[in-house]
Amino acid sequence: MRIANKITNVNKRAHVTRISFKEEKMKKKLLGTLLSAAMVMSLLAGCGSSAPADAAGDAAAAVEETADSAASAAEEAATEVVEDVEAAADAVEEKAADSGAAASGGNISIGFAQVGHESDWRTASTKSCQDVFSAANGYDLSFVDCDNDEAAQKEAVRSFIEQGVDYIIIDPIIATGWDTVLTECEDAGIPVIVIDRTIDDSDKYVAWVGSNFLTEGKAAGEWLKAYAEKQGIKEINALVISGSTGASAQIGRSDGFKEIADREGWTILDEQTGDFTEAGGQEVMESYCKSYEGKFNVVVCQNDNEAFGAMTAMDNAGVAYGPGNDVILISFDACTAGLEDVKAGKISADFECNPLAAPFVEMVIQQLQEGKTPDKEVYMEEHWYALPDQIVDFSIDGTPQTMTEVTDDVIAAQY
Amino acid sequence: MKTWNKIKSWPLFLPVVALILVMAVNIIYDAATGSNPLSFFMISLRNTTTSGTILYGRIIDIINRGSEVAILAIGMTLVVSASAGTDISVGSVMSLCASFMCMMLAGYGVSSTTTLAVPLGIGLLCAIVMGLVCGAFNGTLVAHLSIQPMVATLILYSAARAIGLLLCNDLIVYVRNPSFAYIGAFTGPVPTPIIITAVCIIVVSLVLKKTALGMYIQSVGINAKASRIAGLNSRLLIFLAYMLCGLFAAIAGIVASSRITSADSNNIGLYLEMDAILSVALGGNSLGGGKFNLAGSIIGAYTIQAITTTLYALGVSSIQAPVFKAVIVILIVVIEAPPFKAFLRKQSAARAAAKGVRA
Repeated sequence: MRIANKITNVNKRAHVTRISFKEEKMKKKLLGTLLSAAMVMSLLAGCGSSAPADAAGDAAAAVEETADSAASAAEEAATEVVEDVEAAADAVEEKAADSGAAASGGNISIGFAQVGHESDWRTASTKSCQDVFSAANGYDLSFVDCDNDEAAQKEAVRSFIEQGVDYIIIDPIIATGWDTVLTECEDAGIPVIVIDRTIDDSDKYVAWVGSNFLTEGKAAGEWLKAYAEKQGIKEINALVISGSTGASAQIGRSDGFKEIADREGWTILDEQTGDFTEAGGQEVMESYCKSYEGKFNVVVCQNDNEAFGAMTAMDNAGVAYGPGNDVILISFDACTAGLEDVKAGKISADFECNPLAAPFVEMVIQQLQEGKTPDKEVYMEEHWYALPDQIVDFSIDGTPQTMTEVTDDVIAAQY
Repeated sequence: MKTWNKIKSWPLFLPVVALILVMAVNIIYDAATGSNPLSFFMISLRNTTTSGTILYGRIIDIINRGSEVAILAIGMTLVVSASAGTDISVGSVMSLCASFMCMMLAGYGVSSTTTLAVPLGIGLLCAIVMGLVCGAFNGTLVAHLSIQPMVATLILYSAARAIGLLLCNDLIVYVRNPSFAYIGAFTGPVPTPIIITAVCIIVVSLVLKKTALGMYIQSVGINAKASRIAGLNSRLLIFLAYMLCGLFAAIAGIVASSRITSADSNNIGLYLEMDAILSVALGGNSLGGGKFNLAGSIIGAYTIQAITTTLYALGVSSIQAPVFKAVIVILIVVIEAPPFKAFLRKQSAARAAAKGVRA
């Protein structure tokens, strides 16, 4: 549509050109420039629906048509214009081909399409990328905050293709609908690295870097098993405050914990969502305290904010929690405020979800630069935090784990 | 029979019945599961380490958690009555006011603090002023530029939350200060939000009762042109209704933010505009403007919270909860719909006639 409009405009201008020879000469140049512009525009727009080469072909054909109709007005001009446009098209095509190759000399350019800025975790993730891919480290980072708008995110990726960046990093807002865009990236020869959230309906990316939520859930379960044994707790009656239903973090953490609970024969009394918010955690826990009064000894919150809310609710219900009390409180994320509550003896153990993906992404990029093939799935190193009394040895699927003691230094270093 | 008819013709009859029906579900559930049938309604005193002796029970939870929607419903009722439209920006304005207040209390760019940068009063005042400014903005668009209410308030609906995030430097600002937390905690044994809501309701009811404001607003809602000819300043009244709506959004924002002692711009007041509109409708008010019943809206607000609390109590899985909520809301709305009421009237008239024939 956009191309058609442009061409009509150009046509109109071509008819107006019959004034004088001298003026015609001048207008010829203008016409040429305009058509070249139309050509480039169409090429870029073409990236949206098909491969650049096809788009270039289509556009050239369209331009030839235009040239024919313009011929009656200024035959000579039209021929010249076609030549101009073809030259321009060649140039653009060459550029498109070039952009695929790794940058020879100069900075490595990277486009990063971030989800948004909804939490401290996200802010830390953004900052990590900005720090690692700085100009000082030899990178040019184009950062786009997509404000949780999935359409805007795909547009951002397309604009990266137009810019001809060397690598594209995507933290996909939703898991589906990516195949077309990733095919365009592949055709342009730009490697895509996916971080944090996953893409389910396409495998046209070189690597995914993120947390293994299932492992986090299992870690919580295995820790609880070891800790309960140490404390001589025989029966586990757990209440789960889950995250936003359907989020990959919610699914992984629920499934991981449930796997261990089923194996050990624990009772999960209830699982309701707190939407990863403090207000949600508060309201759900308030209700739990009444429904399951005196019947539970473990509360699992799937992020720190929910844990903050649950703590207020338990305070107001007269339930004592944390190390040394009846109720064991487990949380995930391990943000600064969460670790402070671990240190204060309120949260028994906090399982990290590392937001600092950038160093791992840089590793992948280095491998690609050296011509190696990186692993398709890169899991980030994560820490399990507790106070010394709560530190126990446990293993996940046979892999022994080390826990990290929460100290002031650890808190200060955390995001 | 006569008293029964009198009760039936009471305007709050259906909203109250709806509320009682929702709560009655709990009696059946508790009886069926073998626990005390009235356990849902039990209120007791409980000793806590953090707040002293406090009131404890699900009914308290409903009244406490329903505070924000009840406060919003006051403003929404006035707006609906005066302008025959809804203010869909209240949830976002709540978030903006809370963010502005927490930013002032913590200082710009600070993400977590236990000490206040400015006195609490100034923070609260900032929130209130921000609410009034937002209300005035909406009011100007609707009253003076005659933009349709939903379109006019759509602007702040999408922008206010984002402005709040800007003010908070894209962070969740934690103000872990006891004097601030007090607003969302307890005054003696009673949750403070309940007291704040009660004060709001009493003040507004008194103003509406003792002055002609309530009548003026209804008159503008029924026919703005006629009211103007009769000597009322229609524009000013509509403007005032939106200002008040902004003010109550600010108060609701203060309560919501104090509960979690932080400004979570993304989540405070999320979808609450819908609950506020729904409570006005559940209260038996017409969204077409004109006559309104404030008490009905308040009961509507607590009905919504009663549904939520009941679903928690029943342990309905959170994935299915919205479906149940929808079914209950449909039932209530159908019961209150005029054609359904007319149908019932016709049925009882037919019965009476049949009785008369037999006699």
